[in-house]
Amino acid sequence: MINQTLGQQAGFNLLWLQSGGCGGCSLSLLNAESPNLLHTLEGAGINLLWHPMLSEETGSEMVRILEAILAGEIRLDALCFEGAVMRGPNDTGRFHMLAGTGRSMLDWVQDLAAVAGYTLGIGTGASFGGITAGGGNPTDACGLQFAETERGGVLGEAYRSIRGLPVINVAGCPTHPNWITETLMQLALGEFSEADLDEWQRPRGYADHLVHHGCPRNEFYEFKASAEEHSQLGCMMEHMGCLGTQAHADCNTRLWNGEGSCLRGGYACINCTAPGFQEPGHPFQETPKFAGIPIGLPTDMPKAWFVALASLSKAATPNRLRQNAVSDHIVVPPQTRKKGRHE
Amino acid sequence: MSKLIVGPFNRVEGDLEVQIETADGVVEKAWVVSPMYRGFEQILHGKDPRDALIYTPRICGICSVSQSIATADALARAGGVERPKNGELALNLIHACENLADHFTHFYLFFMPDFARDIYRDESWFSPVAERFKAVRGRAAPDVMQARAEFMHLMGIMAGKWPHTLGIQPGGSTRSIETKEKVRLLSILGGFRRFLEQRLFNAPLEQMLEIGDQQQLEDWLAAGDPAQSDFRRLLQLSRDLHLDQLGKTDGRFMSYGVYPLEGARTFRAGLWYQGVAGELDTTGITEDISHSWMEGQAEPQHPFQGVTLPSGDPDKGYSWCKAPRLDGEVVEVGALARQLIDGQPLVNDLVQRSGSNVRNRVIARLLEMPRVLIEMEQWVRQLKPSEPYCSDSRTMREAEGVGLTEAARGSLGHWVRIKHGRILNYQIIAPTTWNFSPRDQQGISGPLEQALIGAPVRQGEREPVAVQHIVRSFDPCMVCTVH
Ligand code: SF4
Ligand code: SF4
Repeated sequence: MINQTLGQQAGFNLLWLQSGGCGGCSLSLLNAESPNLLHTLEGAGINLLWHPMLSEETGSEMVRILEAILAGEIRLDALCFEGAVMRGPNDTGRFHMLAGTGRSMLDWVQDLAAVAGYTLGIGTGASFGGITAGGGNPTDACGLQFAETERGGVLGEAYRSIRGLPVINVAGCPTHPNWITETLMQLALGEFSEADLDEWQRPRGYADHLVHHGCPRNEFYEFKASAEEHSQLGCMMEHMGCLGTQAHADCNTRLWNGEGSCLRGGYACINCTAPGFQEPGHPFQETPKFAGIPIGLPTDMPKAWFVALASLSKAATPNRLRQNAVSDHIVVPPQTRKKGRHE
Repeated sequence: MSKLIVGPFNRVEGDLEVQIETADGVVEKAWVVSPMYRGFEQILHGKDPRDALIYTPRICGICSVSQSIATADALARAGGVERPKNGELALNLIHACENLADHFTHFYLFFMPDFARDIYRDESWFSPVAERFKAVRGRAAPDVMQARAEFMHLMGIMAGKWPHTLGIQPGGSTRSIETKEKVRLLSILGGFRRFLEQRLFNAPLEQMLEIGDQQQLEDWLAAGDPAQSDFRRLLQLSRDLHLDQLGKTDGRFMSYGVYPLEGARTFRAGLWYQGVAGELDTTGITEDISHSWMEGQAEPQHPFQGVTLPSGDPDKGYSWCKAPRLDGEVVEVGALARQLIDGQPLVNDLVQRSGSNVRNRVIARLLEMPRVLIEMEQWVRQLKPSEPYCSDSRTMREAEGVGLTEAARGSLGHWVRIKHGRILNYQIIAPTTWNFSPRDQQGISGPLEQALIGAPVRQGEREPVAVQHIVRSFDPCMVCTVH
């Protein structure tokens, strides 16, 4: 039957399912480059058992793959689950019935995770609940092993995949294509252990960095030369809600779509890799302040120091940064010190 | 008579189930089921209006920019914000990039792989088609992904990232483009143009737009080798499989128009029925929930009044999708509608001859690429690096606004009402909500349900391939449908 040979063959078998998200992580995955997605997977010995956007099998042929996995006819090395799991209404999971099966995705994922070598939550939805768990959470959405910051989720706190790992949360809204491919490649190589996960079970490969690292606005940050409106060049921490100093991700050193990042695109980091990011408790693009000082300071810096340093550096802000910070293009270029000129 | 439940459909965005009753080898009745509900309209209730710019793109990963544009437009309307010309140009470029990437992905990765299925083994064209378009293993797939990813570098530069940029604001774009980036953008567009000209059309884009009617299209097909042009290959197998007879709808079309610039839309808005073009009045839009798993409104409502409340009763309807209607009528939306209403000559001729069908939908989609790419080249040239890209957006206390745009797959509308500085009501009607709508109070089916009637079911087919072609010809986006 379909793909059955894959059960025996060498390599690493991957099944991808989508539920209560937007498909954005899959679409982001298609942006993989150098080489493209298919060559990346092939090079790593990863066999795609089924992916909703890419595979040929549809309807009953696809359901047959799921059944063969559950019956042990096909080995499932990695289950990639994208999007939140919707438990409602009333724990029935009826907000997402897997088409053609009369069964909720909630049931399917619990069964499949039980036989998966590794289980990956793709994106912040599958990891923690994400956007779908926003507002009053009408669908009772949550992640595979977390409901926001609370451990548990639909698989339970004690869940371990067959190879002994908890759910690997490739968080991000969406997640970067390389965060996924690199994690999968490490798994396929057998070079990934629990020590490679951070406290929210995110791969440390990208989660041990802060978005602030390598931000082109770092110089503005140092002098607290801040943007006040969209499209201005200054640091966005003080007024525009930027959480880059707290967000765990390498967006400004790895870059998106060839050369972008939120900050390079001119808008604030909203910390989309974090549990609960979708409900910051204040308007996203505004920095909540107390007595004129931003509340959400860098996590590992004493507040008094921050305030002291900020007022010092503000006093020392070069004119170039002060002016450029509130302009939408460079109005004062860096000066070359001319020979024989004294200041 | 026998009943089939077809699903899950793959190579569509999101989850979809289609129930059909067949007799004498054809589909007699169809029900289109959208089996997933997330509740964006409920999530948005009570939020700061600007926060909608974070939530709505996440309705959908495939048309997240279209969602952002609709939100930004609705908020701009509500707040009386005007965009500088650079801002309009930048947003058009970002939006057009997503729409073209969608058409491109749809054709190569979603639609064509069905013709590489074993059921077509005996067709004369089968082996080259299978070799090129087979899902995952076909030769085209890696090249297509490469070309798509490189084209999307435009997003990296102009929008920071895709999907889910926050660079699209009511006042314009948060990213100013300098001269050095203008030239980079031109080279990115040039790279994509090269792929289209070499592989998809095997002809200059300008030449493709000169094809003015069906006869000229047939002449063009005959003049070249389908092995060198994926578009010719499509035309060839459309002719062999009579795809112009498949998936017909009543053919009442709507487009909101798209890509605004200095007071006009590059593609105009309007209606089209039986050869007659008309003006569009969106006050006649209503949503009917009589066959949906929804409750809370006894009669169809305009989206400013409408509510979105899931019903606890599984027997109440058969889909989470509502049934939008325009003046009580079913309308089809998408690239075919958009190009027809905009007056594209070939598309007009094709529709005059054979109406709305699988072939015409795909042709309209593919011919939108040259049209829009040429516009994009002009837009980049018009960017003025030293001038502003964004005007201030204001906070709003009491206001209402509507944002109407076109995603790749058709008309997208957002309606927002703001009270005490918070979102009181936010209603969204997505393109696939129009196309895949369930029956309404009168028992009238939406476009896909109509299009499936009469589809051939071959002996023993469990997932009738004709049904697959029809469904995919709409380029559906199921996550948007019910959001
Ligand atoms: S904009 Fe954000 S990430 Fe960039 S320097 Fe400022 S605080 Fe850091
Ligand atoms: S910069 Fe922040 S919001 Fe943007 S993708 Fe990275 S972590 Fe997410």
